[in-house]
Amino acid sequence: MASPNSILSVEKLGVAFGHSIIIDDLSFEVREGDCLAVIGPNGAGKTVLLKALLGLVPHRGEIRWSVGAHLGYVPQKVAADRQQPIRVVDLLASKAAVQHLPSADISAVISEVGLSQQVLNSSVGHLSGGQFQKALIAFALLGRPNVLLFDEPTASLDELAEEHAYDLLHKLQHEKGMTVILVSHDLSVVYRYANQVLCLSKGKPCMGPPKELLTPGMLEELYGGPSKFYRHIHE
Amino acid sequence: MHEGNILLFFLALCFALAAGLIGCFALMKRMLLASDVISHLALPGLGVAFLLKINPLYGGAVTLFLGTFLVWQLQKKTGLATDASIGVVFAAALAIGAAVTPKGDLIDALFGGLGSVNWLGFLLGVAASAVVVIAVFLMKDRLTLSTFSTELAASSGIRVDPLDLIYLLVFSLTVLVGLRFMGALLASSLIILPAAAARQFADRLSRFFVISAAISMISIVAGVFFNTYLFHLSTIAPATVIFAALVFAASLIVRRSW
Repeated sequence: MASPNSILSVEKLGVAFGHSIIIDDLSFEVREGDCLAVIGPNGAGKTVLLKALLGLVPHRGEIRWSVGAHLGYVPQKVAADRQQPIRVVDLLASKAAVQHLPSADISAVISEVGLSQQVLNSSVGHLSGGQFQKALIAFALLGRPNVLLFDEPTASLDELAEEHAYDLLHKLQHEKGMTVILVSHDLSVVYRYANQVLCLSKGKPCMGPPKELLTPGMLEELYGGPSKFYRHIHE
Repeated sequence: MHEGNILLFFLALCFALAAGLIGCFALMKRMLLASDVISHLALPGLGVAFLLKINPLYGGAVTLFLGTFLVWQLQKKTGLATDASIGVVFAAALAIGAAVTPKGDLIDALFGGLGSVNWLGFLLGVAASAVVVIAVFLMKDRLTLSTFSTELAASSGIRVDPLDLIYLLVFSLTVLVGLRFMGALLASSLIILPAAAARQFADRLSRFFVISAAISMISIVAGVFFNTYLFHLSTIAPATVIFAALVFAASLIVRRSW
């Protein structure tokens, strides 16, 4: 049974592609305002989990979003085609039209994310990795979601842009009470921003607060060796 | 000009407008192969209609729309197998069409020139073209998002599979209007070539639509002109497609010199 302030309840989730089982018998819960980081080695099913939560892949088991949950999604990557003369502003305008949003909402996310006029008027296939990721974040925020699903949102950003993206994430979570589900390989980021961590691996998945879960022994077990990129930041 | 020819010319312009618009999304969705297959799906129906001595477009419509469902199902899967399957559908449709179409009508079925048009045929053609134009504008935002990323479109509340089916049906409707002029082999050419040429000049969607539709309509006018004074064929399709192909080649040269 889901707790009263639960915004997402997952029970016995299973995802398989053909004979390959990606996620098996996964159950967890996310409360309103939580920042849940999903970690695990490559191929553990982190991205597939987000897609299952969005209803983008077939699955068994139950995924229950609470009434009023409104999702925004920042994918790990989109293969933008240079053949498409679609500008960032076209994407935002199209989403606003589909969801019947006022144009003021577009202006609000543009200033919130800090998109320049030059980026707005560029074709999506001609943006740099960082500009593209910013555009995707703006796209996800349009429509005022109260749950954000981030799949490695800063994978193609330089350090400054990465810092800005996480500051934005922090602001959204603390000022607007947004629930965040974040896939990340950067454990220092997980330690800094998440209050819950879900570890996916070939073994049994586990969940808990980062301070309890992100121990050297646990990380070694999870990644199958010493985790070289683990950076513990003391606050 | 004879009244029947005026109606045909006006109908061809309506087809060109619809083809120019629907072609923009066909190009962006990278469905060139599927486009060709869809137009060839009309051939078996045209052939059977010729045999039964009924309006060939009725037969073409039946196999066109039934075949569209088949292509949609194939498109839902991904990878090389789908390409191979679409190739098989293409070859099978062409072979069945060639086998059942009476010899004397085969060239018309393949390259257009399916006789004159009466007022009913004209009005149906104009109405079908109007449906295509209106549908493109109504679906523009959904198609833009699903063209960019099906996942982001789905996460924005768009049901991508039904949208794809509606798009393919509208595409088939455009082909159906064009069958009279372009035939089963060349109907999709005027959908793809103007959009491919327009893409060289357009840096935004609105310009893409306008330039593609304009090239498509100009190609029809040029096709009528060159067929009348140069080729003297029973169909404007070859002259129209040659002109559209030249515009595409010119667009590449102009683009490179920028």
